[in-house]
Amino acid sequence: MAEVDLSDAEKIFIKHGVQDNCREDGRGCEDYRHIELETGLLSNTTGSARVRLANTDILAGVKAELGTPSPDKPNKGRLEFFVDCSANATPVFEGRGGEELAAEIGNILTRTYDCPSCFDLEALCIIPEEQCWILYVDVLLLECGGNLFDVASIAVKAALYNTKIPKVTVSRDEGLVELEISDDPYDVQRVEVQSAPCIVTVCKIGHSHVVDASLKEEACCLARLTMGVTERRTVTGVRKEGSGSLDPASLEDMMQTGKRVGELLNKSLMDSLLEEERQGSKKKPVGFLK
Amino acid sequence: MAGLELLSDQGFRIDGRRSHELRKIQCKLGVFSQADGSAYVEQGNTKVLAAVYGPHEIRGSRSKLLQDKVLVNCQYSMATFSTSERKRRPRGDRKSQEMTMHLQQTFNAAILTSLHPRSQIDIFVEVLQSDGGNYCASVNAATLAVIDAGIPMKDYVCACSASYLGDSPIVDINYLEESSGSPEITVAVLPKSEQIVFLEMNGRLHEDNLSKVVDMAVKGCKDVYGVLDRTVREHVSQVGSSLET
Repeated sequence: MAEVDLSDAEKIFIKHGVQDNCREDGRGCEDYRHIELETGLLSNTTGSARVRLANTDILAGVKAELGTPSPDKPNKGRLEFFVDCSANATPVFEGRGGEELAAEIGNILTRTYDCPSCFDLEALCIIPEEQCWILYVDVLLLECGGNLFDVASIAVKAALYNTKIPKVTVSRDEGLVELEISDDPYDVQRVEVQSAPCIVTVCKIGHSHVVDASLKEEACCLARLTMGVTERRTVTGVRKEGSGSLDPASLEDMMQTGKRVGELLNKSLMDSLLEEERQGSKKKPVGFLK
Repeated sequence: MAGLELLSDQGFRIDGRRSHELRKIQCKLGVFSQADGSAYVEQGNTKVLAAVYGPHEIRGSRSKLLQDKVLVNCQYSMATFSTSERKRRPRGDRKSQEMTMHLQQTFNAAILTSLHPRSQIDIFVEVLQSDGGNYCASVNAATLAVIDAGIPMKDYVCACSASYLGDSPIVDINYLEESSGSPEITVAVLPKSEQIVFLEMNGRLHEDNLSKVVDMAVKGCKDVYGVLDRTVREHVSQVGSSLET
């Protein structure tokens, strides 16, 4: 990640601000920065989304491929996450430099989505034990300005919402199974993302905690809690990160904040996705040309 | 690719262009704020992002340091979702390594390298969507990013591909035309002096036709130059007017 060096005085300034619920950019402790979102901007993916929050820029693409279900879950489709940290974000990521961070983001996404009530993998199964859809969710990090986990999860959820998988009809002819994939762009199956989780990272700064930390705030934060939260406040995964330690009471506080913010975040994300869909074909894809 | 008519009798190509027409080019400078220079280029359905960092101190091993000129370091990578068939790795495969080398050669020839001795310039290219002409779009995007970073160059570098179908050359070929087995020539030129800084040919082409195809590609590069130059001028005047107020 892009390194920020702060002096002790600067750190104290940020800490005191957080204590008084007024951060360096004027936000309160539970406020997100402005988020920009666009879906469906890559024509050779099944679904795509680009999310920009301050300087953090993430592009997610979903590709649906036919494959076989894993043997221990024969009646479920698969969801595979892959994260790539592009060197465009910072020269440190050149070559294999970004792989560690990429693996970390990928693991958290896999963990938060690995929960039967939040994502319906059975809908992706075509013939149990034989054929299913595999959704490859590829996340590309283009610029980092803090809070990567949250933005990645928003991009993933938006890209999954945008995903339109062609309908498949199965016919059996003398024991032979035939799959017919519809080539009508309107004869499609949508992915249900209503209950999919968003990641909320809560950073402990001094004695208080904040969500959506900027790079400077991340530099003052010793411990953070990364949690997957759904629209109904269900927590699908928690992980504590950072070099500092947390006492159980503040852990409880941070979880409550995470849940509260997560619920709002999911709601406003769904609202904007529905709003974008309502604009339909009138809206021209903007992409990076804006 | 049987049954596909790449060039109709009326002289139209599969995407409706005539043989000398480029795809629509849309570009933007200064997409990102953290990089020293960045640019985004769309050539038809091929979409490329480029970022430039530098000139800065040599990173990593000091042995790469050059005493008399700047080290131009490139990386070409393709997003895993950029192709119609999903890629397993964004970079590191042979094709990307070759592209990286080609980019390095091209920009070594175009950047005024002797102005920044003992330092390094990074050029990173990311293909977001690929529909033929990846190298050309990458070079064009990287040129804009280098200009955005304010690094002195001899001239713009513009790249364009060309092929030979039936008995006429066609310019700026897309993926379908690229994969049909017809020859492909990729050229990068410095448009003002018409110097060729990069040339590559794949496939089989009769020697007599070579000059026709190269001429077509160079003509394409000059057309690309027109578009890029207009974008840069617009961008600069925008930035300039925002400074005044």
